Amino acid sequence: MSTPASTTSQRRPQRLPGRPDMFTSYAENMRMLNTTPKRRSVAALVVVAVAVTFVVDDPTLQIFALGLAASIGAIGLNLVTGYCGQVSLGHAFFLAIGAYTAAALSGDPDGRTIGFGITNILIWLPAAGIVAGIAGILVAPLATRLRGLYLAIVTLGLVFLGEHIFNEWDELTGGPQVGREAAVPELFGFSFDENGDILTGDQKIYLLMLVLLVIFAVAARNLTRSKIGRAFHAIRDRDLAASIMGVQLAKYKTIAFAVSSFYAGCAGALLYIVTGFFDPTAFNLLLSVQYIAMILIGGVATISGSILGAMFITLLPPVTRELAQFLPLLTTDPSASINIFIVEGVLYGALIIGFLLFEPRGLFGIWLRIRNYWKAWPFTY
Amino acid sequence: MTELISSLLRGVGTGSVYALLALGFVIIYKSTRVINFAQPALMLAGAVLVSYLVGPLGFFVAVAVAVAATAMLALGLERSVVRPMIGKPVFIIAIITIGIDIALRNVVNGFIGTDVRQVGSPWGLQSVRFAGVSVQERHIAMLLTALVIITVLFLFFKYSRLGLAMRATAFDQETALSQGVSVSTVFALSWAIAGGMAAVAGVFVASNAGIDQQIWIVALKALPAIIIGGLESLEGAIVGGITVGVVESLVATYQSDFAPWLGSNFSVVSPYVVMLIVLMVRPYGLFGTKEVQRV
Repeated sequence: MSTPASTTSQRRPQRLPGRPDMFTSYAENMRMLNTTPKRRSVAALVVVAVAVTFVVDDPTLQIFALGLAASIGAIGLNLVTGYCGQVSLGHAFFLAIGAYTAAALSGDPDGRTIGFGITNILIWLPAAGIVAGIAGILVAPLATRLRGLYLAIVTLGLVFLGEHIFNEWDELTGGPQVGREAAVPELFGFSFDENGDILTGDQKIYLLMLVLLVIFAVAARNLTRSKIGRAFHAIRDRDLAASIMGVQLAKYKTIAFAVSSFYAGCAGALLYIVTGFFDPTAFNLLLSVQYIAMILIGGVATISGSILGAMFITLLPPVTRELAQFLPLLTTDPSASINIFIVEGVLYGALIIGFLLFEPRGLFGIWLRIRNYWKAWPFTY
Repeated sequence: MTELISSLLRGVGTGSVYALLALGFVIIYKSTRVINFAQPALMLAGAVLVSYLVGPLGFFVAVAVAVAATAMLALGLERSVVRPMIGKPVFIIAIITIGIDIALRNVVNGFIGTDVRQVGSPWGLQSVRFAGVSVQERHIAMLLTALVIITVLFLFFKYSRLGLAMRATAFDQETALSQGVSVSTVFALSWAIAGGMAAVAGVFVASNAGIDQQIWIVALKALPAIIIGGLESLEGAIVGGITVGVVESLVATYQSDFAPWLGSNFSVVSPYVVMLIVLMVRPYGLFGTKEVQRV
């Protein structure tokens, strides 16, 4: 900051008591946690998230860990689709690339499938992201040539092509219905997935995911309030206008796809270490649609919304399964005409429709409404 | 040579089914600017309805009833879910149709169950021979049905009042509205036509191996077809559909001899490869109109 104003304010800018939205400098307004309640609630949230490790039993913790990993992927999709407005139905493809890069790097060299035995997470995690990111850069020229629904269908085609490649390439993937082991999470000899003296494997994986999610979320939030983020916004709102104002469309669309795919690659690498095993049929169109559902239900163009949505979608199947015990009509028997999988599917569809019809800003929008209600309480506005 | 010809004929047969599905997409796109991703679910619903009605009603009556019912279903979906979203970004509406697709498909899956249902088509897998080339009867039936439907459709668009209204709406919605065209009727009608055609296509898709929970994927083959042809071109949808069918059939016949490294079942994804190649050369498809941007 070299403006005259900042030279005079060496001390922290004045905050007026009772005026949380009153900002006296631009930097203060642009801060990530620009009000005291935000700082406090985020700190509380982190404390709760860590505390969950010791309160919740291991199977539930596994589901939470899955949700945290999915959140990273959802943030990635939100960067390209929510912030930059480039509809991508191809997220499953990039998740798959990340998952297989990580699994191949850390796999057993003497095993049934390709493996290089590099189990250090500091190597395979960035590698998974970078390989997926490169794939994203290769796809980006399509995005600069095509717009809107054309792009959506092309990225959908990508999922089908990817599914075919991964189904056929069984030295890498183990083949459909067989699968292979996921990446091995290890850091300089410290193993995350084996039970230790203090923490169980699931607890360690949960904490690992939590730390990584915080890193990825903060990085994404920072990206969106940078020059690049503002370029994304401009492209989303009107790409023609953006290009006239000097935003290089090709460059920024490529960046959007690269960063989004990087996130997807890392998410893919992390997702399957929870269960330890995955097979290539997982990366189908439904997975892409699930990620689209995450960002729509969570909140388009918000980072916290992406996390909310990812947790929501990940928790939906276990919760409906729990629900089945209380409803006599529902069974987990797949041959029955009304079984739990059908209800789950219908619920997915209905939730997507319902949110778009009634709360287009998603869960994040609901939170905003609650917050604004209490902000003005006891007045209605 | 006979292998080539019979492969081509197979391709044209299945291609005409893809063309029907693609026309459904294009008709909805032209009038509402939305790609209706619920088309697979409508196709599945139509086929499953036929499989339930074929016993009491006989095949042809069952198909007629199912087509009408699916058209009404599509119309109902348009009225209840898509209509409130008019004016919102097309991407949002497209995602809503994905939601419809997932919900509806799961409901229909409940009626399929785990077994394979049959539509009881009179063609089965019999084939006839023309000059040494054997053709399955159902492929001939597909081509003829598609020809009839497409002819009726083009006559409808060219000569009927409603067809004119639909063309006007596709050309310019606001102007059409100001000239007294009921745009909402056009929207409803386009969904109904697409739904009916999806049901017909579903019957043909199911006439091969019956209906299971996976055949909806076939309807997505219409997506490369409409992209190859160009999103807003009816002719393009037909050309695209036939192209997809022929490419798929030729790849299925010859790929194991010439390019075995592509893996088995490559024919299933080959339409997407063709789509990518076409888009690299012509970003708006073969018959699509190039978008002119104004500031």
